[in-house]
Amino acid sequence: MLSCKETTEKLSEAQDRNLSLAEKLQLKLHLAMCSGCRNFGKQLDFLRAACQRYADKSGQVDKRKE
Amino acid sequence: MSALRLDMLRFANLQLRDVQLAEDVVQEALVAAVAGQREFEGRSALKTWVFGILRNKIVDAIRLRSRSINVSSLSDDEAGLDEAFENLFKPNAHWQPGARPRDWGDPEASMHQDQFWKVFDACINHLPPNTARVFMMREFLEFDTDEVCAELRISNSNCHVILHRARNALRRCLEKSWFAGERSC
Repeated sequence: MLSCKETTEKLSEAQDRNLSLAEKLQLKLHLAMCSGCRNFGKQLDFLRAACQRYADKSGQVDKRKE
Repeated sequence: MSALRLDMLRFANLQLRDVQLAEDVVQEALVAAVAGQREFEGRSALKTWVFGILRNKIVDAIRLRSRSINVSSLSDDEAGLDEAFENLFKPNAHWQPGARPRDWGDPEASMHQDQFWKVFDACINHLPPNTARVFMMREFLEFDTDEVCAELRISNSNCHVILHRARNALRRCLEKSWFAGERSC
């Protein structure tokens, strides 16, 4: 059984590589019963989306400055 | 043009953390943009196109500099982040009750608020330089993790450690500086 600390590491790695089937199962099991780690995962997804928006925003016409 | 240049400087400096180098890189990108303007042909917005060139110049600068700096070296700031992370957990490696990550509700709504981006900017700037460098190559310049590790000559596992450190620091900064203030739960 993964600990919360290990789960945060797996969730971060999942942003960077494909997890194995075994790893995905372990994650699923833990997330099913841990709201803290579910929130951690959602926060990482949001971070990625925000970074993409931030980088895109910098590359687009910025209306605030006009 | 000057507004564009300022945006470029901000973007370059965020990633390079070196005003002079950022100036140089922006200058190079602008020169390359002028030289290559026939390729432009209005296929994309001018700014998007110029920023595409700028990204490549930033990557070149990071590559050059990664030969002289050791990205994997652990500064006090990084050690501090790791200690703060460890403190989120009980001895059995489960969350301390007060440290359990919160539900941010509908965080996408924040992206429409200018103030949110100021906080976001500040949180990124708070990251220690080496941690920020790896994170921004991955998330802003959208390199694969393998490419980031290869470019900066760090091991794959170290790469994962650094990215995890950056993500945890950022999410905690946003939680503290933005999401905690927004709601009272």
